[in-house]
Amino acid sequence: MSFVLVQVIVGGLLLGAVYALFSSGLTLVWGMMNIVNFAHGDFVMLGMYVAYVVYTLMGGGPILGAPLATLVLATVGVVVYFALIRDIMKGPMLAQILGTFGLALLLRYSVFWWFGANFLSMPPNIVGGTYAFAGLRIEASRLLAGVVALLVTFGLHLLLTRTSLGSKMLAVAEDQTAAQLMGIRPDTMQAIAWAIAAGATGLAGALIANFFYIVPTVGETLGIVAFVTVSLGGFGSVPGALVAGLLIGVIESLSGYLIGAVYKDIVVYVLFLFFLWFRPQGLMGKM
Amino acid sequence: MNFKHVTRLFCAAAMSLALGPGAQAQDKVVKIGVIMPMSGGTASIGAHAKAALEVAMDIINNAHPELGNLPLAKNAGLAGLGGAKIEAVFADNQGNPATGQNQALRLITEEKVAAVFGSYQSGVTLTSSAIAEKYGVPFLNSESVAANLTERGFKWFFRTTPIATDFAKIYVDFLADIKAQGAKTDSVAVVHDNTEYGTSVANTIAGAFKEKGRPIALDVAYPVNATDLQGQVLQLKDKKPDVVIMISYTSDAILFAKTMQSLDYKPAVLLADDAGYSDPSFTKAVGKISQGVFNRSSWVVGPPGSASAIIADMYKKKSGEEMDDTVARQMQGFFVLAEAIDRAGSTDPAKIQAALKATDLKPEQLMIGYKGVKFDDKGQNVLASGAIIQLQDGENYVSVWPKANAEKAPVLPYKGW
Repeated sequence: MSFVLVQVIVGGLLLGAVYALFSSGLTLVWGMMNIVNFAHGDFVMLGMYVAYVVYTLMGGGPILGAPLATLVLATVGVVVYFALIRDIMKGPMLAQILGTFGLALLLRYSVFWWFGANFLSMPPNIVGGTYAFAGLRIEASRLLAGVVALLVTFGLHLLLTRTSLGSKMLAVAEDQTAAQLMGIRPDTMQAIAWAIAAGATGLAGALIANFFYIVPTVGETLGIVAFVTVSLGGFGSVPGALVAGLLIGVIESLSGYLIGAVYKDIVVYVLFLFFLWFRPQGLMGKM
Repeated sequence: MNFKHVTRLFCAAAMSLALGPGAQAQDKVVKIGVIMPMSGGTASIGAHAKAALEVAMDIINNAHPELGNLPLAKNAGLAGLGGAKIEAVFADNQGNPATGQNQALRLITEEKVAAVFGSYQSGVTLTSSAIAEKYGVPFLNSESVAANLTERGFKWFFRTTPIATDFAKIYVDFLADIKAQGAKTDSVAVVHDNTEYGTSVANTIAGAFKEKGRPIALDVAYPVNATDLQGQVLQLKDKKPDVVIMISYTSDAILFAKTMQSLDYKPAVLLADDAGYSDPSFTKAVGKISQGVFNRSSWVVGPPGSASAIIADMYKKKSGEEMDDTVARQMQGFFVLAEAIDRAGSTDPAKIQAALKATDLKPEQLMIGYKGVKFDDKGQNVLASGAIIQLQDGENYVSVWPKANAEKAPVLPYKGW
């Protein structure tokens, strides 16, 4: 196996970890309340802008930007839940789709209006470097994002399976009325779920900002990938999103290098549809 | 209908209330429909174009004697139409050929514009100009370079910019020139997206090199607005071409620059075909890691006090950005259209078409470095020309070729970061 091929696979794994990182929030919201958040890509975009503003105003790179983006987006998540989601959940499916879609456009064009349409890029910072060993090159910023992706996935999985908060959240997801009879407040649990999901998404945005361009419409580009990752991994499954993200990353990289970049999406989506044909619930989703 | 459309409706409603019925009778207005990407991945281009055309309208509609020979600058409004003002009606094409087509239809049938101007992406210009052709309304394009646009036998389509075939020749000559100076330029790779612009320009360039007996060594195509370009950069790194020609919009141009740095890939000569590489947000975002990239341009700022320098100042005040090749070509195209309407002395489409056909502008009447403006039967400006510029310091492009009007000598090899 040539060196280039190793580089392609390593690059694909890191890319896949990043896909997993910004998909975990989407899968969590789906698992908790059966809502597909079409504004998900724009949450990533907001996270990127928070990181950018924090860095240009206060410096500190991802050390300050990432936690702040997490906090800001978690707040946005709670606000969005109480102002929009709680009400549209009672409406028909179409209202849920259009509601979050409208939110996506509102966020996108608010940022557009405030920051303008210009492409931005994070100034060089402490994760701007690249590690090179034995001819292999790994960007520090992608490595950081990949490691955080593993930690976030592991953390969310533990939270849902090993803590009482997680059990309460799952109880609400399973049967709201029954959970309410047990003394669990569905509103609070779902608001917490939104805070966690949006916070994780903001964190993803802040880390991606270190190696991707920042522009108000970036959510369109990234949002699609998140949806594919989540449906392959199984809607609602956090570990599923990780496995699916890694798979998609490697398949994309390999087919992009070996067959040609214009065909890589065809390869990914053919495999994707073929897989869903056999297993419609995704890799780790429940029927 | 998105958020911006609603805002625009409200603005339009508020404006019509404020102006009242009497206002229109006093000032005669010539409406020109302008189709640009105001949202979507290339929205920065649309925002810059809007600022540039607002400056152009200021120059046309108000007296600017300081601009010398530039037509329409001296007096306020269009003299040929009794001092009528030009008004641009902006429409968003979202970077989408279907949307551009709908907007052309709306501008022509509902806004009743005298002419249409646009639409940046070659693929969108292709569809929107077809509507103008069908309705018999002049369509002026100032920046789309896909060669086939003027090969359709259209009667109402006029293009002021040099096109892919012109630039392909420039690239061949430029590379031959620097080869004579000792640079290695034997194998050439073309990297392009899969849009109308990317594929047609890549084909044209490949054709031009083949004609000289030097077929392209490697063709790397990728989907526009890519999330990841590592595979493409590794392909280049593997095949080691001497020259890499980039045909990319802003988003992919930025991602390429970042990926090339992280994978430590530098070709001897990196030559960009305008588009993303001329977007000021490209230089701001990744200029410092793209030092030494060559680019094409028809725009060179003249000495202080010259018309082009004054216009560049006005544009900077309006937009906060430095003037770049794309907006300069757009402004120039808009002036050509306005000058034709002025000469036509009418908003009748047929008269404007006749005036456009008779256009004959000299270099000293232009704000850009063309050898003039004169359309052939296909509607292509036969006097359009361009030069090669280089991003030597990572901040500002300087002209380096042809030698006659170069500010500096080309620096080789590509430095990167």
